[in-house]
Amino acid sequence: MPTVTIDGNEIEVPAGVTVLQACEMAGVEIPRFCYHERLSVAGNCRMCLVEVSPGPPKPAASCALPVADGMEIKTDTEMVQKARNGVMEFLLINHPLDCPICDQGGECDLQDQAMAYGRDGSRFHEHKRAVKDKHMGPLVKTIMTRCIHCTRCVRFATEIAGVPELGLLGRGEHAEITTYLEKSLDSELSANVIDLCPVGALTSKPYAFVSRPWELTKTESVDVLDAVGAAIRVDSRQTEVLRVLPRLNEDVNEEWLADKSRYACDGLSRQRLDRPYVRKDGKLQPANWDEAFSAIAAKVKSTSGDRIAAIAGDLCDAESMFALKQLMGALGSSNIDCRQDGAKLDAGARGTYLMNSTIAGLENADAVLLVGTNPRWEAPLVNTRLRKAWLQGNARIAVVGPQVDLTYPSEYLGAGPDTLQQIVDGSHEFASVLKDAERPVVIVGMGALARADGAAVLAAAAKLVESCNLIRDDWNGFNVLHTAASRVGGLDLGFVPGEGGRDTAAILEGAASGDLDVIYLLGADEIDMSKLGDAFVVYQGHHGDAGAHRADVILPGAAYTEKNGTYVNTEGRVQIARQAVQPPGDAREDWAIIRALSDAVGGGLDHVTLGDVRAAMSAANPVFDRVDEIVAAEWSGVGEGGAMDNAPFESPISNYYMTDPISRASETMAECTREFVNADGERTGTDG
Amino acid sequence: MSDTFAFDAATEERARTILKRYPEGRSQSAVIPLLDLAQRQAGGWLPVHVIEYVASYLDMPKIRVLEVATFYSMFNLEPVGKNFVQLCRTTPCWLRGSDDLRAVAKNVTGCGLGETSADGLFTVVEVECLGACCNAPMVQINDDYYEDLTAENFKDVLEALKRGEDPKTGSQTGRTGSEPEDGLTTLTAEGA
Repeated sequence: MPTVTIDGNEIEVPAGVTVLQACEMAGVEIPRFCYHERLSVAGNCRMCLVEVSPGPPKPAASCALPVADGMEIKTDTEMVQKARNGVMEFLLINHPLDCPICDQGGECDLQDQAMAYGRDGSRFHEHKRAVKDKHMGPLVKTIMTRCIHCTRCVRFATEIAGVPELGLLGRGEHAEITTYLEKSLDSELSANVIDLCPVGALTSKPYAFVSRPWELTKTESVDVLDAVGAAIRVDSRQTEVLRVLPRLNEDVNEEWLADKSRYACDGLSRQRLDRPYVRKDGKLQPANWDEAFSAIAAKVKSTSGDRIAAIAGDLCDAESMFALKQLMGALGSSNIDCRQDGAKLDAGARGTYLMNSTIAGLENADAVLLVGTNPRWEAPLVNTRLRKAWLQGNARIAVVGPQVDLTYPSEYLGAGPDTLQQIVDGSHEFASVLKDAERPVVIVGMGALARADGAAVLAAAAKLVESCNLIRDDWNGFNVLHTAASRVGGLDLGFVPGEGGRDTAAILEGAASGDLDVIYLLGADEIDMSKLGDAFVVYQGHHGDAGAHRADVILPGAAYTEKNGTYVNTEGRVQIARQAVQPPGDAREDWAIIRALSDAVGGGLDHVTLGDVRAAMSAANPVFDRVDEIVAAEWSGVGEGGAMDNAPFESPISNYYMTDPISRASETMAECTREFVNADGERTGTDG
Repeated sequence: MSDTFAFDAATEERARTILKRYPEGRSQSAVIPLLDLAQRQAGGWLPVHVIEYVASYLDMPKIRVLEVATFYSMFNLEPVGKNFVQLCRTTPCWLRGSDDLRAVAKNVTGCGLGETSADGLFTVVEVECLGACCNAPMVQINDDYYEDLTAENFKDVLEALKRGEDPKTGSQTGRTGSEPEDGLTTLTAEGA
């Protein structure tokens, strides 16, 4: 390990790091614009100049200079200060200095570093250049005159997002950043360029001129719009969530966030259920909590437990599902299911329904088989890890299922169970690829499991564990990629049919045939409401979506930014989402609603605080004690599932931008749908 | 203008030869010579569909090829005349009268800087030093240098081009290369 001297202090650093990284290790701050630790080194902003000896008697760009043993690095000499001064003066030559009207103001690298390293004025008296703004789609607003050409956005699009559509055209004073022919940046990760932009050239279009950063209350939470559980920061002002930003979590989202998770937040203030409703004379009438509860109690008390059922939706926190499970148990019903899409996953051994390789672990894979999943839409941040695996080690990635552009090359093996069967019985060439791989990965998606023969598909995939030796001493290559944030939590809590209970399909059947009288929908909107027949439907949730329209009683709940809730992501990581704002109107936290309802219907729940619920939850499944940890999950095999039929696997997501009540209520997501999903489709009369 | 473009047989052969210079998987390195070939075939400039053809030929993202095409001033992104006149304006040529050449060009072709004549025969642009300062002032027309220009002989050159002739390239005063203007001053003795 080379030893270097930084500002007089000797420090040992790993071989191969750059001078800038060495300085960071020594705790010395080096200003920079173009350098970003997750992107390739460009070395074009020149802000990171330091003095290095031995070497030429001039400042050196520390981001692009590898350390050598015995190097003496100085970061605070007159030469360095003068160099930084000069670079800053050059960077500001064409920068408009329109900070008062710039959305980046207050969180701008250029602003901060100009304060710290700049001169007090400019000697440049000529006209500044002006650059035409570019179109980059509905999320990224551009004010290109402010651009300092660090090319972070270009490198992000090319390297991380895998959509090489951004570029730097022209040269010198005429250089301009643009997308190819000014098309929209077609990536589910496009908005990350906003965070990367060190100036106000790329800013958030939906958030334009909304607020200043210092006016916001910042709440650290987790995202629930897919099953990745990305770390987020919810920025709110009074009762409104104004924006959602990613937070660093190396194990999950690194520092990125997918566009839906970032921009569906405007859906949080639209279509909200802010008071209870009770259906009277065929119409939903506003009511108060007492009326709503007594309407439910009247019905429930006259119904036997086996004629009651509950379905939990995709955005439910574990606490509310746990409380509802207890309530249903007290009412004598075992008809509960958290798999509203009908995924044939068992709540048995945890290893059979988790992403066991872990999200970060996918990077190390050298052979990947995707079964019935389109990770680019189902979990964009899982897809970036797979892309990384391909970039770093040329992992072989093969697809059985929907054939889509994954942003990295993949081998298309086949559309459905036929091909999977061939791999399982070893007659397909890819079986030996998996077997010979050091870190083989099989990812089974909901497109393969949420169908009538899902159990058979799962059983077939599980056979690969044996035949291709997926589970080894230090590696578990069996993965289920969920699409719902609540799913793993629900399975962990056993929110599945008990002895003789009905699953989602059977509940719908029972409701249609009149065998079930009361259906409790806890945020479940993705089921076919027309199948609920004449059943009495209670909908507890936060948006006036499909479930609320069908309901006989609506109990207004809280969205994920309005309650403290536990979620378990697809890799089994227990995470806590925190309340950023109050639920609107009469809406309440979901576990508390169920607790109050319990009193009305005689359910006997006795939790007083959220802590009580959590304690009971941990007692039921100790995994809920292990917050933000990966607990290695046991594997038991999944038994036989019968015969697979031959229908091709299809991704459960047909529109990435609208998958749940929140994103369906979001104007921004509607805009994205128009721009990206229906781009080639015909416009209807209601389009703008 | 047709939107389909493909290398013709001769260009295709040249392109293959160029590609052979680079190792497997490094064919992107050939983007500059291939853009040049494409520009020659496409009539002196690079329409978008030609850039996209080169991108797909080299299996590169389109934006990467566009970046290269916009970076180098030798690639034209707008149609140019049959004779692409590049006037050198850097100091040696300027001191030796490049301003006069600009006036001549305007007179003969009707083109100001950056303009293309209505008959499509000429485009006149100003460029920085082309490296023939010994023979200043000079211009480059298509692939050829015309040096030691004066208002008179430059006018002759342009008019010859206008008539469709092929004027003599190089120095217009008769000297060879960049020999001294008044004849040799050294190495003059036989057998010395």
